[in-house]
Amino acid sequence: MISAWAETARTAIESLNARRMRSVLTVLGILIGIAAVMLTVGLGQGAQASIADQINSLGSNMLTVTPGGSTTSQSGGFRMMRSSDSLTTQDAALLADKKVVPSVAAVAQASSTSAQLQSDETTWTSTVVGTVPAWLDVRAREVETGRFFTQEEVDSGASVAVLGPTTVEELFTRGSAVGQSVVVNGSTFTVIGVLKASGSSLSSTEDDQVVVPFSTYANRLQSSGRANSVSSIFLEAVDSDSLSAAYQEVNQALLTAHQVTSDTSDFTLSTQAALIDATASIMGVLTAVLGSIAAISLLVGGIGVMNIMLVSVSERVREIGLRKALGATPSAIRRQFLVEAGFLGMTGGALGIALGYLGGWLITMALASTDYAMTVVISLPVALFALGVSLAIGLIAGVYPASRAAKLAPIDALRSE
Amino acid sequence: MSLLDMRAVRKTYATGAIAVEALRGIDLTLESGDYLAIMGPSGSGKSTLMHIIGCLDVATSGDYELDGHEVADMSEKQLAKVRNQEIGFVFQQFNLLSAMTALRNVELPLLYAGVKPKERRERALEALDKVGLADRVQHRPGELSGGQQQRVSVARAMVTDPAILLADEPTGALDSVSTADILDLFDELNAAGRTIVVITHEREVAERASRVVEMRDGVFRHVHDIEKAIV
Repeated sequence: MISAWAETARTAIESLNARRMRSVLTVLGILIGIAAVMLTVGLGQGAQASIADQINSLGSNMLTVTPGGSTTSQSGGFRMMRSSDSLTTQDAALLADKKVVPSVAAVAQASSTSAQLQSDETTWTSTVVGTVPAWLDVRAREVETGRFFTQEEVDSGASVAVLGPTTVEELFTRGSAVGQSVVVNGSTFTVIGVLKASGSSLSSTEDDQVVVPFSTYANRLQSSGRANSVSSIFLEAVDSDSLSAAYQEVNQALLTAHQVTSDTSDFTLSTQAALIDATASIMGVLTAVLGSIAAISLLVGGIGVMNIMLVSVSERVREIGLRKALGATPSAIRRQFLVEAGFLGMTGGALGIALGYLGGWLITMALASTDYAMTVVISLPVALFALGVSLAIGLIAGVYPASRAAKLAPIDALRSE
Repeated sequence: MSLLDMRAVRKTYATGAIAVEALRGIDLTLESGDYLAIMGPSGSGKSTLMHIIGCLDVATSGDYELDGHEVADMSEKQLAKVRNQEIGFVFQQFNLLSAMTALRNVELPLLYAGVKPKERRERALEALDKVGLADRVQHRPGELSGGQQQRVSVARAMVTDPAILLADEPTGALDSVSTADILDLFDELNAAGRTIVVITHEREVAERASRVVEMRDGVFRHVHDIEKAIV
């Protein structure tokens, strides 16, 4: 039985080889379809992974509380920003209490404002953030050179600042920034450290900011609002599994503390996971749409195989008749044409996968040097699935031509010229 | 029991509204080792008879027993087996597959018989050797002369060791030298005990047979034996 199939495969290759140009063109149809489907799926998966990475690089397992509620009321109206002063350092202290919010690992309140900066060389306008040492962990940032400020420096209101890499580039063209002074809205700060680039292209302001102790910020730089108000509180959940628990605990704690209900809440709580989910579903839809378009080209390739097999059957009526005269059963003839069609599909699929991998690699290389660096992910299961699909397309396209060939009466087939 | 036994075989083709009677009651008996020539002008029904003998077509009515089996009762699959095992065809236009070597062409019937590759190759080489083409086995039909191609097709017909060798105008496309070649080959095969039925309208071909029948309008006109010694 195995040798019969091997023999049929050999016959198929001989027959396809005898019509080389036509076989190549038919294979090309499947090849392009498979490569297109693989590339769209690969690009979609790559983009999803890349976006998830970038969001995580802004701080993993992070929750953000910002002042002002934004909820839809029952009447359908949209009420916003009930108060911009609704978050305070007391809220931050409350959320730092393990008994109130056990699923939260770290808390960092932050306030920020735009400010004029001045170094020995030049001036620059940037964002000044007043926060606490926990900010570094919660926001998943690292210090490139120097150090971050300590809790003691927050307690004492020290005039120290940590700069983003872009800010350093703008202010200090000569030598190291650490140890130099920067004047922020008239107050002089000593630069003690420089942050590492955030590695995220989602937010360009992440790399252009001046981070100072919260107390120093409140005393010297806060321009409006109550002294103890904060513009956001960043929280880090213990791990990704406890993110939703942390969400519930924080929400409940703040509702109770502010004596409001979820309808009248004066703060907004958001998570990175929600952002990842949203972008993933958008990318999923995009991938599906593009993949469907690519699948249509695959369908056209399948129709091409069917067309060529039908032409082949009518051209080879004499050959079929002869084979029947020599003892070929209808099923042997059917098998021969099915194997030929399946072979066209498989070859197209295999070459399409190769082209898909090559294309994916080229796109990855081409994007590597740009701001949109991502890896086109072509997984083995997708490749194997594509191979199966192309084989199935070939076989399905071959069924009708093959059964036509099998049904030919040997005498009619032999008589035809 | 005869090798082949036909009684009152009729064949009617329906061409649109008109029914054409190609065979109008054929009685024919063949014994093992016979060499029969069927002569007749075109349209006499001799090709139709050959197709029915070769199980490529079935009779409209009448009985046809081949090697003790009633052909009318056979399924498509059984007919394929009979064509493979009992009949060896030789066609006027050779009908070799041009993409394949002589060896592969001769192996083809053995392939459909389910013979293992090694044995297939040995038997095909042996058959090609018998027709004098041992040195041409890897040639494709396009690289062979007409006479050589017909010898390949005789090798293909004989390779399954069939009961009957059925030849339809085997020399119709050949020059006189090749014709003599093929007829000598048939003589040898017949001398070795092979049953041969040849359809021809050439007297030269019919003279080699031990028995000649002439067809006219779907019936045998008269049957006469030709003694080889007389020719």
